[in-house]
Amino acid sequence: MTDVVETETRISQPRPDGLRGFASDWASDQRTFKNVSWGKAMMWIFLLSDTFVFGCFLLAYMSARMSTTVPWPNPSEVFALNIGGTEVPLILIAIMTFVLISSSGTMAMAVNFGYRRDRRKTALLMLLTALFGATFVGMQAFEWTKLISEGVRPWGNPWGAPQFGSTFFMITGFHGTHVTIGVIFLLIIARKVWRGDFDTEKRGFFTSRKGHYEIVEITGLYWHFVDLVWVFIFAFFYLW
Amino acid sequence: MVNIPSSINDPIPAAEVEDVELYHPHSWWTTYVFSQDAKVIAIQYSLTAISIGLVALVLSWLMRLQLAFPGVFTFIDADRYYQFITMHGMIMVIYLLTALFLGGFGNYLIPLMLGARDMVFPYANMLSYWIYLLAVLVLVAGFFAPGGPTGAGWTLYPPQAVLSGTPGGQDWGIILMLSSLILFIIGFTMGGLNYVVTVLQGRARGMTLMRMPLTIWGIFTATVMALLAFPALFVASVMMLFDRVLGTSFFMPAIVEMGTQLQHGGGSPILFQHLFWFFGHPEVYIVALPAFGIVSDLISVHARKNIFGYRMMVWAIVIIGALSFVVWAHHMYVSGMNPNFGFFFATTTLIIAVPTAIKVYNWVLTLWRGDIHLTVPMLFALGFIVTFVNGGLTGLFLGNVVVDVPLSDTMFVVAHFHMVMGVAPIMVIFGAIYHWYPKITGRMLDETMGQIHFWVTFLGAYLIFFPMHYLGLLGAPRRYYELGESVVNPPSAHDLNIFITLMALTVGAAQVLFLFNAAWSLRRGKDAGGNPWRATTLEWQTPTTPPPHGNFGKELPVVYRWAYDYSVPGAPEDFIPQNEPDPENRSREHAS
Repeated sequence: MTDVVETETRISQPRPDGLRGFASDWASDQRTFKNVSWGKAMMWIFLLSDTFVFGCFLLAYMSARMSTTVPWPNPSEVFALNIGGTEVPLILIAIMTFVLISSSGTMAMAVNFGYRRDRRKTALLMLLTALFGATFVGMQAFEWTKLISEGVRPWGNPWGAPQFGSTFFMITGFHGTHVTIGVIFLLIIARKVWRGDFDTEKRGFFTSRKGHYEIVEITGLYWHFVDLVWVFIFAFFYLW
Repeated sequence: MVNIPSSINDPIPAAEVEDVELYHPHSWWTTYVFSQDAKVIAIQYSLTAISIGLVALVLSWLMRLQLAFPGVFTFIDADRYYQFITMHGMIMVIYLLTALFLGGFGNYLIPLMLGARDMVFPYANMLSYWIYLLAVLVLVAGFFAPGGPTGAGWTLYPPQAVLSGTPGGQDWGIILMLSSLILFIIGFTMGGLNYVVTVLQGRARGMTLMRMPLTIWGIFTATVMALLAFPALFVASVMMLFDRVLGTSFFMPAIVEMGTQLQHGGGSPILFQHLFWFFGHPEVYIVALPAFGIVSDLISVHARKNIFGYRMMVWAIVIIGALSFVVWAHHMYVSGMNPNFGFFFATTTLIIAVPTAIKVYNWVLTLWRGDIHLTVPMLFALGFIVTFVNGGLTGLFLGNVVVDVPLSDTMFVVAHFHMVMGVAPIMVIFGAIYHWYPKITGRMLDETMGQIHFWVTFLGAYLIFFPMHYLGLLGAPRRYYELGESVVNPPSAHDLNIFITLMALTVGAAQVLFLFNAAWSLRRGKDAGGNPWRATTLEWQTPTTPPPHGNFGKELPVVYRWAYDYSVPGAPEDFIPQNEPDPENRSREHAS
């Protein structure tokens, strides 16, 4: 009962305990989430919406896979690489996943150094993150090329249900697009960090808003989200 | 940031939120065309939506002419007829109603009613409009493409939507339609994120969530729903586009067409229906909830009474929004899905009637012993209540599986959804335009023309859709190019069809009068002043009318009370603006 609802204009009343306090805090004026900036709130809500997009894609894929009357190609065999004469199942996907998860680590470090206003380290870590992301997309391109050369097409494949190829290209393609957009954003923001735009609060070209280091964290939110989505794609598409 | 008043009744110092960095236009182009001001974007959205809506209106006349006088208008062949149906439905639901309520009224009213300078990200807001315009242009391009627009029906059910027997199925029609939908969703997301974040994070001092006008609650909840429902349509559109362009089989089962086996196989048409209606049903409430909100405010202002049961109204909006995500398969009772689903979805559907009925009761109780001014906005609000109750009651018929099965795909369904999500929201849109036009332009719309417009539209719409229920009970199917001499089309029913068509043309003519009124009043209308309806909400308290760039002069308003302090006992006037301090604690806010 020590805290006060800061912004009620009529009566300044003590904030009630428990759920009621929680509700009155959320419902109070100006901001529902008190220390969340507009940009961060917007990114979170966008990610919620994007979750529904990926959710629908994955549900559609699962319903196709569960209802198919012809066999579904075995992912362990389809996504195996022949290394030194042995078929190693899912090796490329494992490396891709490792790279992408590592990029989340470097991204988190970039956010940390951003808030310490360490320009160089932030920019370098963001570049490293972008590099990991680009590597991921590159390996995905390799994977697509391999499958296409083996005869997988959106409308069919040599091993079974035609929906295998269609869902594979659609879902990994949509995710890869997300990663690519993320890489482009990382590069743009890294350049701004490197130039010191956020130290001088330089105004944006289109928006004429002042730049802040917070944008590094917002980009990071997007990046972690894309990683998280990959974990689900990995689990549902490759491990099933 | 903490600034606690020392005593209960101290006035609060002006807003201490850090200065919002507004984009200040430098030229004619950035002021009126590529404007980042939500008010200009709102007008752009509204004019575009109304223009494309007029196209859809004309399409409905053409359909009605064909139904009443089959064979007379030779340029309407079966293909054209289906194209008209499809484009009419899609335009009205998405490009008119959704865009006008959220892009139009949302943009105009959210910042003004909440005491904000603008949307939180004006640049993304501007992009939202231009992508919407692009979506509309791509949609219209269908009319000029080889083969014409798609004729798959507004639900675009596969497999027929991408087959050669359907107009546009193997031409450009379906491709343009799906591309346009994808663009619309991208553009809407940019705007929608803005509306949600502005409501959550951009309010004025003292504007608590429970002091927001119900208009904002409706628009806010609808936008949240749209952000969660449009993804399903996005995914369905992308997948169908791939089925059509790349030859995948997401929705396409093995099919023999004209004696040839198609390349498709193994896809699920039902999957499309689930995705579509997971979007489609929330979509009904995406257009209904802003209407609920706006009509609550119209009734309160023009009956000079606080809205009855404000808190309950808010919760009803939120609960309707949540429930509408678990009722989608009531559109699919005859689709061949698992029959057991019917029980679940019928139950959830009927539960929605409870919060909806609460809202209707509260509107009526707000009117009860109110000082009702029969202004044009009030007339439209009353027209909405009647129409909505009517359409809602037939919804109870269609929500029950056993009653729905014989009625599905008849004119009864057409009558139901036109009443409940066609006419009813349009009534609110008209009411809202008559109500806020003075704020947008500084001039009143002409009252006489408005009265004529209302009565012709209201009575005419009833005379169009009421007889359709009867046709539906006779068994007249919907989406039939012509019924001929059949058991469901006896001569009496055909006469009724002619009557409906005449009424449709009459109602259409009344809209021309409305457009004339809007254009005429722009210059010659009565001067409105700042607050012609003597309303409490913040948009009426702006320093100038129309409101300036940045909405509220130097200092943002501070809110001291809810939006419904009408006829407060002991107050000098019968309304007290939200930004007027309340030293004597007279506000009725906590009485409700």
